[in-house]
Amino acid sequence: MGADGAAGRQGRASDPFATGRAVQGGSPVTDPAPIIALRDVCKFYGPFQALTDVNLDIRQGERVVVCGPSGSGKSTMIRCINRLEEHDTGSIIVDGVELDEETRNIRAVRQDVGMVFQQFNLFPHLTVLENLTIGPIRVRRMGRAQAEALGRKFLDRVHIPEQADKYPAQLSGGQQQRVAIARALCMEPRIMLFDEPTSALDPEMINEVLDVMVELAGTGMTMVVVTHEMGFARKVADRIVFMEAGRIVEAAPPEKFFSAPDSERARLFLNQILDH
Amino acid sequence: MDRAASLPVGKRRPSRRLRLRRAVASRPVSVLIYLAVMVLILGAAFEGAAAMGYNWQWYRIPRYFWTVGDEGFRWGEIPMGLVATLVLSTLAFALATVIGLVVALLRLSDLVVGRAVARVFLEIVRNSPLLVLLYVFYYVMGPIFGLDRYTASITCLAVFHGALISEIFRAGIESVPKGQWEAASAIGMTRGQVYRWIVLPQSVRFMLPPMTGEVVNMIKSSAIVSVIAVAELTTIGRNLISDTYMSFEIWFTIAAVYLAVTLLISAFASLLEKRHAVRD
Ligand SMILES: Nc1ncnc2c1ncn2[C@@H]1O[C@H](COP(=O)(O)OP(=O)(O)O)[C@@H](O)[C@H]1O
Ligand SMILES: [Mg+2]
Repeated sequence: MGADGAAGRQGRASDPFATGRAVQGGSPVTDPAPIIALRDVCKFYGPFQALTDVNLDIRQGERVVVCGPSGSGKSTMIRCINRLEEHDTGSIIVDGVELDEETRNIRAVRQDVGMVFQQFNLFPHLTVLENLTIGPIRVRRMGRAQAEALGRKFLDRVHIPEQADKYPAQLSGGQQQRVAIARALCMEPRIMLFDEPTSALDPEMINEVLDVMVELAGTGMTMVVVTHEMGFARKVADRIVFMEAGRIVEAAPPEKFFSAPDSERARLFLNQILDH
Repeated sequence: MDRAASLPVGKRRPSRRLRLRRAVASRPVSVLIYLAVMVLILGAAFEGAAAMGYNWQWYRIPRYFWTVGDEGFRWGEIPMGLVATLVLSTLAFALATVIGLVVALLRLSDLVVGRAVARVFLEIVRNSPLLVLLYVFYYVMGPIFGLDRYTASITCLAVFHGALISEIFRAGIESVPKGQWEAASAIGMTRGQVYRWIVLPQSVRFMLPPMTGEVVNMIKSSAIVSVIAVAELTTIGRNLISDTYMSFEIWFTIAAVYLAVTLLISAFASLLEKRHAVRD
């Protein structure tokens, strides 16, 4: 499985995703401060504890794949990073901004953090191009012409420039998810979060979305991806985070994670999903 | 989508009973049935009136629509009353929409106080008869806030229908999936922007049919302000009757005018809905 065709494109100089912006602020080597820092984060839904003492530092440009059994808190964790969920204790710092009650902070962070959802969540009453430009126009206060140029640029980069004037319902699942990726990129974020971006797709459409994500990884974008696509993880991830029951059980580079995971839990999980 | 389309090719024709049901439900047939029922009712009414020895004077009705005299063409009392009713209903509906939107947003807000205020408002308004509400606005609020009878009527109708409209807004807003909120928030939109650009445009489709229903209801319930003698269609009717004693003819006429207006609005509404449905 995975995105064999696109893997070679990683890091190429002529990479179509290179915007120049992604490398601002220095490379991970010269810039040791993490772009995302979770410290002792706990999160409750009523009496149920969904996250327990989660600690995670993510460097600029790093690609982190999060996996683990269903219900282990993967979605909850990445949704806390752009505060679609509020954590109860601990601290989360994104791009130097602490996430707290301050709504200004939250909106600033959200403009810097793009998110792609399992169910695409495109705006059905807007055309593809309008889906892409509404953020730049309303949130970034960009002019319409400029926003449309930006929208078309990113539509190009997810390989569906010809769909600009259609409505989301007229596209296939794979195309919709690529529009959703382009919509997030139109905010020119420094971080991209993906919550099981291919889980709702028919098998034959998974690769077209993964290809786009691999290309994006090649631009130096900081990415946090919840996925069970282990082929993608092997190719792209700098680190794999394994969660269970609301805790991070293991975090390791893919070579180590796939060949010799420390925890019994991770071994069992890998056996299960690699069986198929 | 079409049920017939999903049937296997060569499927036999629907049963006779089903065909009959469909025929009865079709538009021309239901209009015919409706007309037949109306003729029966009116026939019974005229029969009864004849038995009472009622003296029909329909020939005196047209002059209340318009007259062509020495000074030329002039509108009569009934069209003037209708215009007054439409103006009153329009003003009240505009205000009701604002009240409805505010109450709906309060109910859906994070503010505990806001939600409580909205709940109390809804409970009070929904559980009071419109007539009592009107008396409260005219005899109690009127003197306190210096409302004349016209303003009191508009405010009262707006408050009453605002409560109903807020429920329409709430249902429409809640019909938009949560994922839309999340996607819009994730690109940094404020709550207000999410409502304005994402949620409300999508709920319009759900809200349009019940909202046009509310327009019709507003026109009908505006008749109640005749009890405090605000000049509109029903008040005109009462005045004409006290001048002419032709109560049957006048009430039939007034009812027909209301019916004509509300039917027109319903027809316009279904046109509008069709237009909106084409989008997807
Ligand atoms: N809104 C919610 N209310 C209550 N419980 C929730 C809610 N969202 C998630 N949970 C629970 O929190 C746990 C973690 O959920 P989630 O983060 O979605 O897991 P994952 O994405 O790893 O499958 C699950 O047990 C789930 O039932
Ligand atoms: Mg999940």
